[in-house]
Amino acid sequence: MSNAAAGVVHAGAPPLPQASWKRFVGPENRYLAPAFITCILLAGHLSFGILESYKKTGVAIIASLITEAILGRIFTGKFPNIASAYISGISVGILVRSPAVWPYLLCAVVSIMSKYVLRVKGRHIWNPSNFGISVLLFLAPETVATLSIQWGNYLLPMIVIWCLGSVIIYRVRRFHITATYVISFVMFAFVRSWITGSPWQSEIAPLTGPMYQLFIFFMVTDPKTTVRKKFWQCVVVFLVALVEMILRLNQVVYAPFYALFLVGPLAMLVDIWFESRRPAAVART
Amino acid sequence: MTRSPIPRIVLSVIFVALVFSPLAIKRVAARRDAAKSRLDAQTALGRHGFYFEEVSKAAGVNFVHQAPTLDAKLNHIMPQVASMGASVSIVDFDRDGWSDIYVTNSGEGSKNALYRNMHDGTFKDVAEEMGVANVNQPGVGVSMCAVWGDYDNDGYEDLLLVKWGRPELFHNDGGHGFTRVTEQVGLPRWVNANTALWFDYDGDGLLDFFIGGYYPEDVDLWHLANTRMMPDSFEYAKNGGRKYLFHNLGDGKFEEVAEKVGINSHRWTLAASSADLRGTGRQDLFIANDYGISELYFNDGKRFREVGEQTGVGFAPKSGMNAAVGDIFNQGRYAVYVSNISEEGVLIQGNNLWVPKEGTSGDGIKYDNLARDLGVEIGGWSFGAQFGDFNNDGTLDLYLTNGYVSLDRNKSYWYDFSKIAGGHSMIINDAKNWPAMEGRSLSGYQAKRLWLNDGAGKFVNVAQAVGVSDTYDGRSVALADLWNRGVLDVVVANERGPLLIYKNNVTPENQWIEFELEGTASNRSAIGAQVTLFWNGQHQIQEVAGGSGFAAQNQRRLHFGLGKFPQIEKAVIRWPSGKTQTLDKPATAQLHKIKEPA
Repeated sequence: MSNAAAGVVHAGAPPLPQASWKRFVGPENRYLAPAFITCILLAGHLSFGILESYKKTGVAIIASLITEAILGRIFTGKFPNIASAYISGISVGILVRSPAVWPYLLCAVVSIMSKYVLRVKGRHIWNPSNFGISVLLFLAPETVATLSIQWGNYLLPMIVIWCLGSVIIYRVRRFHITATYVISFVMFAFVRSWITGSPWQSEIAPLTGPMYQLFIFFMVTDPKTTVRKKFWQCVVVFLVALVEMILRLNQVVYAPFYALFLVGPLAMLVDIWFESRRPAAVART
Repeated sequence: MTRSPIPRIVLSVIFVALVFSPLAIKRVAARRDAAKSRLDAQTALGRHGFYFEEVSKAAGVNFVHQAPTLDAKLNHIMPQVASMGASVSIVDFDRDGWSDIYVTNSGEGSKNALYRNMHDGTFKDVAEEMGVANVNQPGVGVSMCAVWGDYDNDGYEDLLLVKWGRPELFHNDGGHGFTRVTEQVGLPRWVNANTALWFDYDGDGLLDFFIGGYYPEDVDLWHLANTRMMPDSFEYAKNGGRKYLFHNLGDGKFEEVAEKVGINSHRWTLAASSADLRGTGRQDLFIANDYGISELYFNDGKRFREVGEQTGVGFAPKSGMNAAVGDIFNQGRYAVYVSNISEEGVLIQGNNLWVPKEGTSGDGIKYDNLARDLGVEIGGWSFGAQFGDFNNDGTLDLYLTNGYVSLDRNKSYWYDFSKIAGGHSMIINDAKNWPAMEGRSLSGYQAKRLWLNDGAGKFVNVAQAVGVSDTYDGRSVALADLWNRGVLDVVVANERGPLLIYKNNVTPENQWIEFELEGTASNRSAIGAQVTLFWNGQHQIQEVAGGSGFAAQNQRRLHFGLGKFPQIEKAVIRWPSGKTQTLDKPATAQLHKIKEPA
């Protein structure tokens, strides 16, 4: 999931003075996304008991924070801001479903470590929690699953999360990514329905679940692991939805995680390559 | 950033090691599982103290369960909807001192079987001549569960049969036949239920009974008005069938009082069990619900209070399919085992073993789920389970059957199932939105579990090692000493599969004792009577139950394994009437028939 605390965006001109509430829900507030995901966690658990236990989620969060602090200190010489690691930890705590504690620990540690190991030209190329969760789902399917349940029977919690999430993601200038993904998913759902003969409702169904809400608000929008230009961000997330469709046609249960796992780094590598060529091009000009 | 490459190299090595560590864990687990492969009888006897032989055919039992064929609107998902109905209950219906077996069938026009124990290792189906075979005719629904209780205290166990359809009560006429008394009793016209149990909730000496609805009672699965009959959520559904509690009025009539006494739920109930969880002398009611949380009703004598959330058992929603109680630590307190769904790579709910929290008791009792810690958490798509001491070592073990729909071995429906299960209620609720199964399996061909209690806080699966090798779609498990040998045999009812009888062979070094209780002031079946056995500095409690597990009922008599060289101090019987009776140093290797003292 997004480890950039959503507040870290590639802003252009310096921001104008804003009303305090706007600053609070603006891109400069890097604690907005952590606050939002914490609200989702608490609301989901207190209302519907989405967590198997506090202990496991706590393990994931603490492991993320400690790993980030240690690695940040070693490799940057200072203690990093922990908002990003907090989101990784809480994402692992919500999305990973396992009766054992070790997957929470391992997933959180591997997620954070991937930021420091899997780097190209100073940028990490995998969304950390997407990397950690995908690795576990692929290598330990007998012990690990992901959140696959509903927010109760009611429309209201879903509407609240969608609205609140949309507002926040809009304020941090990532709404176009979420919107593109949702539109693409729905479009491909109908394509899948047409190909497989399954009811279109069943193809749309996953989008109404909390796993997807977390995926589209926090994971695909991660500023640190998305390309720089707005247009290409939309193209990349469209490709994620396309690869997801292909995986779904092959009955891959965790298609969205694997699709982002495959497409995200490739897009980042292309972006880095273009970026590396730009100064040379400018110099030639 | 640090300039030296060494920290980065070290970090990379650690990273790679961590990423691939699940593979190492898997290898270790695989090696451990390999050690559990089937052992020959003598090795199993030496290593675990017992082994099973599947003897159904040799015992003359050739029963194969048939599933129903419901409304054609459900054809595309028929195997998963018509997936229950295989149930088994143990009864000595003719009071000859030998356990008989009643098994339900669910095909339209199919017949249930009542296997009379012939005392020579074989059984004979007498259901037809006794009048309890032909109960699955078109228009009246098909059988799902049968439980036995002597509601009129005449000494003979009567039969309560619940269905997806019209529930039935049969009066046992002295062991020579059964008379249908459904209308006299005032049973509802139609209930889609999978569980029922007998218990005397108000302690008046007359057995009452509980029925837990699954589908709503206005749904006729053979004539659907529409396809919006599925649960409205995979984990929070409340659109299931209602619950019934029939209070015995004593003149062959019953009054339905569920709502009046505080049981008002429309969750999708699959299993129920009653036991005195608080030491009050009254049986509390534990309900395991599919698509949601479990419910626990404290019995205050005349009323029930739902305390699931308060006690901790009713918070995290799963897919409850079993409720069995057992004193697994020999501490005089019951744990409750609830089975759920776990499928590798898709859904890991884990089964629940609710153990009373240290320092809590009475109304303040709270439970911890210790299934993982004790090693009984993962059991596939789990269904019926029962506690029993299979090797007579003095601690209760756990038998679990599993497997949902076994069709094409190479094609799985799980992808489509997981897709729809995460959907919103307006999608999941309508069967027409569910993708077609097209012959695919859904958690099929699963290996069973028999977890041996090591007495030190761990259970170890030895099912395959001791001869439990079937992979049918198991539903219902019942335990009984079928041939009066002082051991617990296992009977398993399989959906669309054969009834299996696992004959137990236990090392003679391990001792045992059994109690058969008969109430006088209490209900004659003695349901709710509790025996506390004190031996070798420990004690274990067991309670006579009127239904347990998933759609099952164990033998009425209570079986205690004692281990080697037991020194029994006493057995204390607490009757439902409140009387207590102490037996000093009862002899081992004996069945003690005890009548409630006047």
